[in-house]
Amino acid sequence: MANPTGIGASVRRREDARFLTGRGTYTDDINRPGQTHAVFVRSPYAHARITGIDAAEAMRAPGVIAVLTGADMETDKVGSLPCGWLIHSKDGSPMKEPPHFPIARDRARYVGDAVAVVIAETREQAKDAAELVMVDYEELPAAVTSLKALEGGAPLVHDDVGGNLCFDWHLGDAAAVDAAFAQAAHVAKLDLVNQRLVPNAMEPRAALGEYDRATGEHTLTTTSQNPHVIRLLMGAFVLGIPEHKLRVVAPDVGGGFGSKIFHYGEEAVVTWAAKKVGRPVKWTAERSESFLTDAHGRDHVSHAELAMDKDGNFLALRVATIANMGAYLSTFAPSIPTYLYATLLAGQYKTPAIYAEVKAVFTNTVPVDAYRGAGRPEACYLIERLVEVAAAETGIDKAELRRRNFVPASAMPYQTPVALQYDTGDFAKNLDIALPLVDYDGFAARKAESARRGKLRGIGFATYIEACGIAPSNVAGALGARAGLYESAEVRFHPTGSVTVFTGSHSHGQGHETTFAQLVSERFGVPIENVEIVHGDTSKIPFGMGTYGSRSLAVGGSAIVKAMDKVERKAKKIAAHMLEAAEADIEVKDGRFVVAGTDKALTIGDIALQAYVPHNFPLDELEPGLDEQAFYDPKNFTYPNGCHVCEVEIDPDTGVVQVVSFAAVDDFGRVINPLIVEGQVHGGLVQGIGQALYENCVYDEESGQLITGSYMDYCMPRADDVPSFTVRYHEDQPCTHNPLGVKGCGEAGTIGASAAVMNAVVHALSEYGVTHLDMPATPERVWQAIRRHTPAQAAE
Amino acid sequence: MYAFTYHRPKSVADAVALLGQFEDPKLLGGGQTLLPTLKQRLARPSDLIDLGQIPELQGIREEAGGLTVGAFTRHAEVAHSETVQRVIPALASLAEGIGDRQVRNMGTLGGSICNADPSADYPAAVVALKATVRTDRREIAGDDFFTGMFETALEPGEIVTAVHFRTPDKAAYAKFRNPASRYAIVGVFVAVFGSEVRVTVTGAGPSVFRADDMEAALAQDFRADALNGASVSADGLNADIHASADYRAHLVRVMARRAVEACG
Ligand SMILES: Cc1cc2nc3c(=O)[nH]c(=O)nc-3n(C[C@H](O)[C@H](O)[C@H](O)COP(=O)(O)OP(=O)(O)OC[C@H]3O[C@@H](n4cnc5c(N)ncnc54)[C@H](O)[C@@H]3O)c2cc1C
Repeated sequence: MANPTGIGASVRRREDARFLTGRGTYTDDINRPGQTHAVFVRSPYAHARITGIDAAEAMRAPGVIAVLTGADMETDKVGSLPCGWLIHSKDGSPMKEPPHFPIARDRARYVGDAVAVVIAETREQAKDAAELVMVDYEELPAAVTSLKALEGGAPLVHDDVGGNLCFDWHLGDAAAVDAAFAQAAHVAKLDLVNQRLVPNAMEPRAALGEYDRATGEHTLTTTSQNPHVIRLLMGAFVLGIPEHKLRVVAPDVGGGFGSKIFHYGEEAVVTWAAKKVGRPVKWTAERSESFLTDAHGRDHVSHAELAMDKDGNFLALRVATIANMGAYLSTFAPSIPTYLYATLLAGQYKTPAIYAEVKAVFTNTVPVDAYRGAGRPEACYLIERLVEVAAAETGIDKAELRRRNFVPASAMPYQTPVALQYDTGDFAKNLDIALPLVDYDGFAARKAESARRGKLRGIGFATYIEACGIAPSNVAGALGARAGLYESAEVRFHPTGSVTVFTGSHSHGQGHETTFAQLVSERFGVPIENVEIVHGDTSKIPFGMGTYGSRSLAVGGSAIVKAMDKVERKAKKIAAHMLEAAEADIEVKDGRFVVAGTDKALTIGDIALQAYVPHNFPLDELEPGLDEQAFYDPKNFTYPNGCHVCEVEIDPDTGVVQVVSFAAVDDFGRVINPLIVEGQVHGGLVQGIGQALYENCVYDEESGQLITGSYMDYCMPRADDVPSFTVRYHEDQPCTHNPLGVKGCGEAGTIGASAAVMNAVVHALSEYGVTHLDMPATPERVWQAIRRHTPAQAAE
Repeated sequence: MYAFTYHRPKSVADAVALLGQFEDPKLLGGGQTLLPTLKQRLARPSDLIDLGQIPELQGIREEAGGLTVGAFTRHAEVAHSETVQRVIPALASLAEGIGDRQVRNMGTLGGSICNADPSADYPAAVVALKATVRTDRREIAGDDFFTGMFETALEPGEIVTAVHFRTPDKAAYAKFRNPASRYAIVGVFVAVFGSEVRVTVTGAGPSVFRADDMEAALAQDFRADALNGASVSADGLNADIHASADYRAHLVRVMARRAVEACG
């Protein structure tokens, strides 16, 4: 009988009971005796010189304990927030890496940049006093958009970064691309904007700093996706606290979408201030503060060209992208528009030559960094929009044009011209599953039916491939990563057979407490209730890299498998001793340790008991205990891939786009928990649809004020905006290089959805001659596009 | 939020008395506009006078050729009231289209019209349905109530107690909602009283207004196609990141057509 909580079982998320009944413990739920509250004074200007700070009146306000500034941090030799990835420009020079202090010193560089912090007995008192801190600003002109920041004479965000250019990087073979373009029968061209997004995790960021005078230990509780990374960056680079005196805890975390990977200034401030004031210091962002200060996502402006021969075979791709970094480099910012973007520009296609240039630009806006998909949605959107334009221009059916250019499954492993080596994938199969699923052949009839109701209808495809499970440390290191990218695990059997798994991955919505426990249940036949997953505390778990880039199962899960391998090896030895058999004769069957060909068997519980109560134990050969640790460094990225198909209906009178159907066919390798995978896909799709139709982060181009600073103006997708999704996956292309054969599913939905929706929108509008529309396809944008292309009505 | 003193009077008279006692008091309806304002520290009243426990401000009554709705009636109550659904179904459906469920469960008619948000829905109904706004001291014709963006004919400290809506022969409200906030980018209320047609527009301008051309066209010929020649000028209409003035002007016509069609 199959294990009901083993691999492949749709076990309901064990953590949900806690979350849905309000029993989770988030950072803001934690309160310490003597705790104080921090409120930041933030710059109301996008760019201003700070000429003076007068805190005297604030200090006299009720309950105020301290008002601290960048100058105080400087006195205490607090460092700059480090950047975790180094990019070199075309000319070999390193990227410009201006300092990024937790509290600004002499200049504020975006609206929301921290200028001072008030620490008081209560949050309200701190807020009251923050209004009394007198900051003298000398307002400076701001460089707000990346295009304007690059123009000659633009205001400089950092005086020593000429032209606001952080780096000018490239990848691929320019000469080969030029040669291919020279021979092209047709070239499709496209200018597109991948708009800036606000991440909007449900739980706002929060941080609680504590200092124990008795032991000299600092503790930071924070909303992080990777507590060890924060410990390393903050301890070693910002505050100078050695690891053994710094504990970082990320308890329940309510969503991150990437925005909680990074080391933020507020974390360093509360940790530093807790020692200074001798009491715990807590800060929790208000929603408007989240809008202003969470690292934003995307923000690319690109030009792309695709060269084809007369049969529509792709010959070469040329891409130039300008990526907005914001005012400072956030932790992983430089890697996003480079190694997580340009390396994916081959997509699913065998385009032989690709060349990409990326200029990264400083602007007076909040830093931009990884946001669900991180570089890969930008790549997918660019390729898939361009392919759609190519199909329209050549008259080749869009499914057929894709099929013609797919890397065939027989070509795997496939080396792309942009550094990656895909291990597996059968892209034609994804399409073959998708076409009947969406009744592609019936589209014309559905379109006619929509037309009878006065509606336009379009169908759009997106095929995607992503590089996940990041990454082999040596490869990442060669590309500029300043950290390793392995994962850790410890599998600890207790004397009575229950298990605690310590993982370096971090769950903030992904369901690890269920999926990871299924791995153990499957392997050792332990009921899932007897498996506890522990994560998020540097004093409990081995050094881990955390969760992002759809890496938890592929890398963290593999580490658990490695640790279980070690447990099994030891358990076999113990079993052999207990059963008086040769070790070689012990087999593991359905979680039981059996002497081959006999009915003599032990459960892992029997063995664990013996390991901890070693009365009958090979003490001369083995140590007591059953507790093993492992680190897993992947051999390659994993390559989830799929085909998304979206159908939209547009009301030409109002421009409203409605997604009427969406099908996602994905290859995630082996699937451990189909229910959780489907949930991840649903969430991802909604996020991708959100970018395509609703979400848009808008700064005023002159003043640099955030116009979309609340949900009154920043439009999040809602449940009634999306249809019921059709989700399918197949498992016959497992990952070849990790023990579970898994590829990852966390970002896939977001990566494919935006392109599929926009392709459907443009298809629906093609009868008006519309060939492209930038995201989000808001009602007004759609209506304007229709109007622009309808001369008769435009005159009205 | 800045600190304030909270009061919960049991009658309009008590509320009026309280209003006179303090330096900078503020009435609290459902709090859907006022509380976010306070949380953002954009207002600093000394005292909040909660109108939620005053029986005189509650309830929906059928009365003298129309409906009287108490000022403290929540949007959800109007939406779900069998009386409203029977007498003026367009009003019930307008209420059902306000914001989201949470907002409808808290927000009140009085709060909505006193706030006079240019993109609020109720103002369109107040003017289209020839309403009378009753206060603690007088009656104000609906036509005179809204005087500008966030401005009304109310005097300082005047409390709205109820709104009397006249029952039209037929009526409908068509709304194009802001996808983010769900307020009206444009809302058009069409109401027919005998030979008179009222077409009121909210969301598009600084305050609710009547579309005279459309009213005239529909009075001649009450069909959506009668609006083909009529339009609203984009001059002076609101413009923001969600909708330009041109687009709003266009939407007024589209929503007017839909409202006429919905009138049956
Ligand atoms: C997310 C969101 C979406 C919304 N969407 C819509 C929408 O789609 N359409 C729409 O029309 N509205 C919308 N609203 C507003 C909502 O309808 C509120 O009900 C309305 O703004 C105010 O009503 P309230 O009862 O909450 O009043 P409050 O917020 O309590 O008060 C508002 C103002 O009115 C005053 N006031 C309240 N009652 C009286 C009274 N009886 N006499 C005198 N003065 C009084 C108060 O002093 C205050 O100045 C939305 C609000 C939110 C938060």
